[in-house]
Amino acid sequence: MADFTRNEMMTIAAARALRNEDVCFVGIGAPSAACNLARLTHAPGITLIYESGTIATKPNVLPLSIGDGELCDTALTTVSVPEMFRYWLQGGRITVGFLGGAQIDRFANLNTTVVGDYHKPKVRLPGGGGAPEIATNCGETFIIMAMGKRAFMEKLPFITSMGHGVTGKEREQLVVRSKGPTKLITDLCIFEPDPQTNEMTIVSIHPGATREEIIENCGWSPRFAANVSETPAPTAQELEVLRDIQARTKAAHGA
Amino acid sequence: MAKFLSLADAVAQMVHDGDTLAMEGFTHLIPFAAGHEIIRQKRRDLTLIRMTPDLIYDQMIGMGCAKKLVFSWGGNPGVGSTHRIRDAVENGWPCALAIEEHSHAAMANAYEAGAANLPFAMLRGYIGVDLPKVNDRIKSITCPYTGEKLATVPAIRPDVGIIHALRADREGNVLLEGITGCQKEVVLASKRTIVTVEEIVDNLGTTSPNSVVLPSWTIGAVVCVPGGAHPSYAHGYYKRDNSFYIAWDKLSRDRDGFLAWMDENVMKKGPDAFAVHAKGSAA
Repeated sequence: MADFTRNEMMTIAAARALRNEDVCFVGIGAPSAACNLARLTHAPGITLIYESGTIATKPNVLPLSIGDGELCDTALTTVSVPEMFRYWLQGGRITVGFLGGAQIDRFANLNTTVVGDYHKPKVRLPGGGGAPEIATNCGETFIIMAMGKRAFMEKLPFITSMGHGVTGKEREQLVVRSKGPTKLITDLCIFEPDPQTNEMTIVSIHPGATREEIIENCGWSPRFAANVSETPAPTAQELEVLRDIQARTKAAHGA
Repeated sequence: MAKFLSLADAVAQMVHDGDTLAMEGFTHLIPFAAGHEIIRQKRRDLTLIRMTPDLIYDQMIGMGCAKKLVFSWGGNPGVGSTHRIRDAVENGWPCALAIEEHSHAAMANAYEAGAANLPFAMLRGYIGVDLPKVNDRIKSITCPYTGEKLATVPAIRPDVGIIHALRADREGNVLLEGITGCQKEVVLASKRTIVTVEEIVDNLGTTSPNSVVLPSWTIGAVVCVPGGAHPSYAHGYYKRDNSFYIAWDKLSRDRDGFLAWMDENVMKKGPDAFAVHAKGSAA
């Protein structure tokens, strides 16, 4: 087995969740790495869409911003931002929305807005951007986030985008027909919603991670599925493609 | 018809203290040179509207130009926080900053409603989230045909809209290509408009009859400022200066360092300082 970091395992496990036929609305950062890894490995036919309006884009380096020129240069077509949100996202053309977040709860609601009181913030975070509507207008959503007690919270100070709601039943009550978060991929394990309660439940643990570690890094007491599998380790090819694109990206952005 | 003005004259004539001002450009074509001119002319009490405040509003807010920010995502893209905006929101420095916060979808719809001369925009959005609890401008309407409840936000009708475009012809018609964001909507929604451009040419050289062209008679002033979108970019002219966005994190983190940088690079400079970037890296 090749050596790999937990961050690499997370990105690779996230990439595997995508299918060749998906039309995917890509968030910046970790989601963007995972989506492009999928495109460069098992899902060459995947359509990647960024909220800047670029449709079916095939960037050679990962964009730093959601609207780098690379995205437009390698896209099939680029539409205006109002058109992107109205016709493509709200129009129901997207099968998967891929999001990251700052904080998450057991029903995969996300906070990227504020820590502390909204009007007297302890820490002001960037806000929602496209996420509030991505979370309800895509067929389903995948979330990628590294675990930690400050990120995986019993109760969020603010809900920026809805997962399964505060009780797990809000999607049904609000007549939202999309599935919401069907996968939460972390650096230690993969969660999926429990079929009855919608609580995010651990279904697979990454090689090298333990149940104790997962519990330690989670702000609530997490549920494990009856049958928890081990996530297959990254293949040599997955690692090579991921490291290549990250090296190209680093060289391009001059960081 | 658009007037050809210097940047200093365009800002002096069009942008007044207390105005609502939208300066758009979604990552691409952000009108930085115009923002710097507004800072130099010491405009105050502006209500600044932008989907992604980006470094341009971080700079304007840090220099005390604004009393209110209307936005939907307020970070340094791919890097982290906009520290000057955070300092204004969290600590009231250099002055208190009110915020009106939306989602991207809502703001994009609100600009479109402004351009379409409608009072409000409607979207299937803000479902199951907390933003409507803290922003009373977000309301809802019931569809008269299906009974579905839909979110509404007021149309954006700025006093002034400013964008940066690729080029203008000698009549003042302007061309945008690449990621065009909601610039067309901003120009058509605003009472007064300034468009800065990379160059002024005899023929726009549109690549398609569907390229985004704003006719001269929709624009107040056209100003030629080569490089005027740096550190964002101009499609076909120069690339996004991602290393500057990364460097800004450190440059803007503390107040003194920020003020020193602004003094050196904005207060003591003029629009000509941007020209060096136009010749940087061909995109």
